[in-house]
Amino acid sequence: MGFEINGKTYETDEEGYLVNLSEWDEEAAKYLAVEEKVDLTDSHWEVINFLREYYNDYQIAPAVRVLTKAIGKKLGPEKGNSKYLYELFPYGPAKQACKIAGLPKPTGCI
Amino acid sequence: MDEESSGTVKKFAFINRKAPYGTIYALESLEVVLISAAFDQDVSLVFMDDGVYQLKKGQGTKAVGMKNFSPTYRALEGYDIEKLYVEKESLESRGLTEEDLIVDVEVLTAEEMATLMDEQDVVMSF
Amino acid sequence: MLHIVNKSPSERNALDSCLRMAKKGSTILLIEDAVYAVTKGSTAESKMKAAMAKDIHVYALWPDLEARGMQDTVIDGIKQVDYPGFVDLVADNKNVQSWL
Repeated sequence: MGFEINGKTYETDEEGYLVNLSEWDEEAAKYLAVEEKVDLTDSHWEVINFLREYYNDYQIAPAVRVLTKAIGKKLGPEKGNSKYLYELFPYGPAKQACKIAGLPKPTGCI
Repeated sequence: MDEESSGTVKKFAFINRKAPYGTIYALESLEVVLISAAFDQDVSLVFMDDGVYQLKKGQGTKAVGMKNFSPTYRALEGYDIEKLYVEKESLESRGLTEEDLIVDVEVLTAEEMATLMDEQDVVMSF
Repeated sequence: MLHIVNKSPSERNALDSCLRMAKKGSTILLIEDAVYAVTKGSTAESKMKAAMAKDIHVYALWPDLEARGMQDTVIDGIKQVDYPGFVDLVADNKNVQSWL
């Protein structure tokens, strides 16, 4: 499975997550966001970039609880809560934001 | 496990005794630890025997084509898992010191480690 | 606390690690290849005797002893259990560590 943008192909698993993290680019994110029916704004990109940084540092996608806490620390308490993150990613910040950010599904994601 | 366990906090210890890439034990243990964090229990991680190699600094797995999961131990703090114990003898007999480890740990003697294990409600062996 | 060992003492360090961590009054159960550790005249004999002297209760699973033909050379003082006895040991102890 996968998709193609401007001649570049991206491989995905059966749930639509990118198979190779290194293939991810902004074009892929935009495509995945359309699939998820999310209109990407600067606020979305802030979270997406945060997730990519987190993964780069720790080699895992954070659990929602960990993500909210870490976002609060870095971007301020008004953003470090699940209400804010669910408004941006209605089907779950971990699941949906991770998918758009090209990360694997978080461990312990129910 | 039983009716009275819901809502009460139990002491869980994960005993890690295997080196990281030769078998799947280390990675499996780490996955279970991360999942267990969601249940707000009193979790301790023990590293002894070859398990201390899991925390060795400077791991690079590019050439062997496996995932380097050692950075993930540094994420544990964010998961509120802060009790990491290493057995002194295991560390020393492998020519290692605390300085060689990727995270802050508490080094315990065999005697202290034995007491810690004895105090647990649940021991998970890897 | 119950400690379970299933590896041969001459192949792995599981028994040694277990003996390092077993406290006075605790119980050790040897199963599978670990039953070789309770053989008279083996290098493990002195370790097992030292453990028993420290008031550690040492059990061996006799079906595993018998399977290996090791049932007639068991060190004195080692208790032998069958499968239901194994279950009782697990049930009677607060927690269990398997030295994989």
